[in-house]
Amino acid sequence: MPFHVEARNLYKEYSGKKVLTDISFGVESGEIFALIGPNGAGKTTLLRILDLLEEPSSGTVWFEGTQVNCSARDRQALRRRIGMVFQQTVLFNMNVFDNVAYGLKVRGENRKSAEQKVIAALELVQLRGFEHKNALALSGGEAQRVALAQALVTEPELLLLDEPTANLDPRNVSIIEEALSRVNRERKSTMIMATHNMFQAENLAHRVVVLNEGRIERIGTFQEIFGKPSKFLMDFARLENIFSGVSRVTAEGTSIVDVGDGLSVEAAFEKVGNTTIYVRPEDIFLSTHPLVSSARNTFEGRIVQISDFGSVVKLKVRAGKDFIVQITKRSFNEMRLNVDSRVFLAFKASSVQTV
Amino acid sequence: MENSLLEALQRAFQPIFSLNQEVLNITLLSLRVSGTAVLIGALIGVPIGTVLGLRRFRGKQILIRFVDITLRSIVNTFMGLPPVVVGLAVYLLLTASGPLGPLGLLYTPTAMIITQLVMVVPIIIGITMSAVGSVEKAIREKALSLGATDRQAAWMVLKEARMGMLTAIIVAFGAAISEVGGIMITGGNIRWFTRTLTTAIVVEVELGNFALAISLGIILLSMSFAINVMLTIIQLRGAER
Repeated sequence: MPFHVEARNLYKEYSGKKVLTDISFGVESGEIFALIGPNGAGKTTLLRILDLLEEPSSGTVWFEGTQVNCSARDRQALRRRIGMVFQQTVLFNMNVFDNVAYGLKVRGENRKSAEQKVIAALELVQLRGFEHKNALALSGGEAQRVALAQALVTEPELLLLDEPTANLDPRNVSIIEEALSRVNRERKSTMIMATHNMFQAENLAHRVVVLNEGRIERIGTFQEIFGKPSKFLMDFARLENIFSGVSRVTAEGTSIVDVGDGLSVEAAFEKVGNTTIYVRPEDIFLSTHPLVSSARNTFEGRIVQISDFGSVVKLKVRAGKDFIVQITKRSFNEMRLNVDSRVFLAFKASSVQTV
Repeated sequence: MENSLLEALQRAFQPIFSLNQEVLNITLLSLRVSGTAVLIGALIGVPIGTVLGLRRFRGKQILIRFVDITLRSIVNTFMGLPPVVVGLAVYLLLTASGPLGPLGLLYTPTAMIITQLVMVVPIIIGITMSAVGSVEKAIREKALSLGATDRQAAWMVLKEARMGMLTAIIVAFGAAISEVGGIMITGGNIRWFTRTLTTAIVVEVELGNFALAISLGIILLSMSFAINVMLTIIQLRGAER
């Protein structure tokens, strides 16, 4: 059986600058395929070529074993079988219902059957009741969910997603991830998703392609690739709190990893010898006073850097080693944190993962 | 001086309330000239601005690009045309010995409409062009990705640019109703015939009739305020929908 979508030797240049170099891969029908790589790796360009918004400088795109030709009519017909969620959320200046119904309207669907589909799509992204709100008045997360509903309402057989959850808070991220995995499960839609988020790639994707400077670096399942990660992967990935050290097993069946700088981290696995561990930024609790809790790891430190991502804030906390901690903007404001504030970090032994 | 100013202010409100015939005539002519100019200007300028905003000549052929850049630069320059210069040019066209002299349009309301039309068309083209251009790429690609045909996508771009088009009309009307130098030259400021609010103010100030000048100024200001309130309401309603 031919691949659902296939890229063969794609090259793309913009006025002499190489953006994509010799990209070839095939995506099976029903597969979730993640494109990961740093900014500027060519993920967006690749998705735009697959959505037929752009043509490659050379190379070909194949759908179900047929090569995509360049006639505008054929491209448009093919595009109707594809859905795309852009990185920059673009919505029309009308209410949410009309925004979501647009894809059906341009296909000439009647209002009655469209209505049911729009409502189903809004339910999928948990935005029932938002039908009559103006789309431009929504929050970033809500707007991105509307954009997803717009793409899903036509039940595309292929869904292209360009960092659909970038810069969203955890709640919106989980709503979107849930909708995607449900659609993939129930409709067997094929998905190609660019993402920065390693955990998304791990949890959602069947296979992962790693792009770097326009070239395919690795391709395979998440485990195949991350079983032995390359230096490059470690550098860019969202694996922000990565520490290496020597691990020893305790009597309780946990491990103590001495990561240097007088810091030992307790982890809920048993491993002896050299090991590399990481903790997700959102798994670290932060407080302004020492916490008495069940968390096995507590450290005291100072905030050295603050990055604002809208609804979430990332803090770099120096506590022997530098830790990246993600908290909501609201907590950030409530705790009146600032650079140089003294804070306490806590995370569970079970939040410590090995690479 | 203080006394005369106070007196002038007192007397300034009399014509507004008593609505004397001449003031009414002047006001209606102002509205008619500027309104007609902006209406015709919109009919010409909005389509041209739309086409210029929609066209994407990027990179393709050097010649097309050159024409594109030249066209845009001309529009941008003409957006800031001094009304007096426009008046002079129209005067030279319409004067008895000029190319359009035989039409006998000089010193008529039609001549004033033509003058203001020349002035507002570049404004409407320019603002429409940038309004369309600013949403063109994102909206077009979004619509295409949702399955729209090229035509449906272009229509969506126009719909999204509609607020910008309204802005173009508001700005153009503001420029036209407050313009004086151009219509003074081509209209001649003839009493009961081509005298508008702005040209009348100039005359009354020269004659020292400050009371009348002030009352005309108040009328001009409140009229332009009322029209802008109306257009702004439309604009806001459009943004809410």
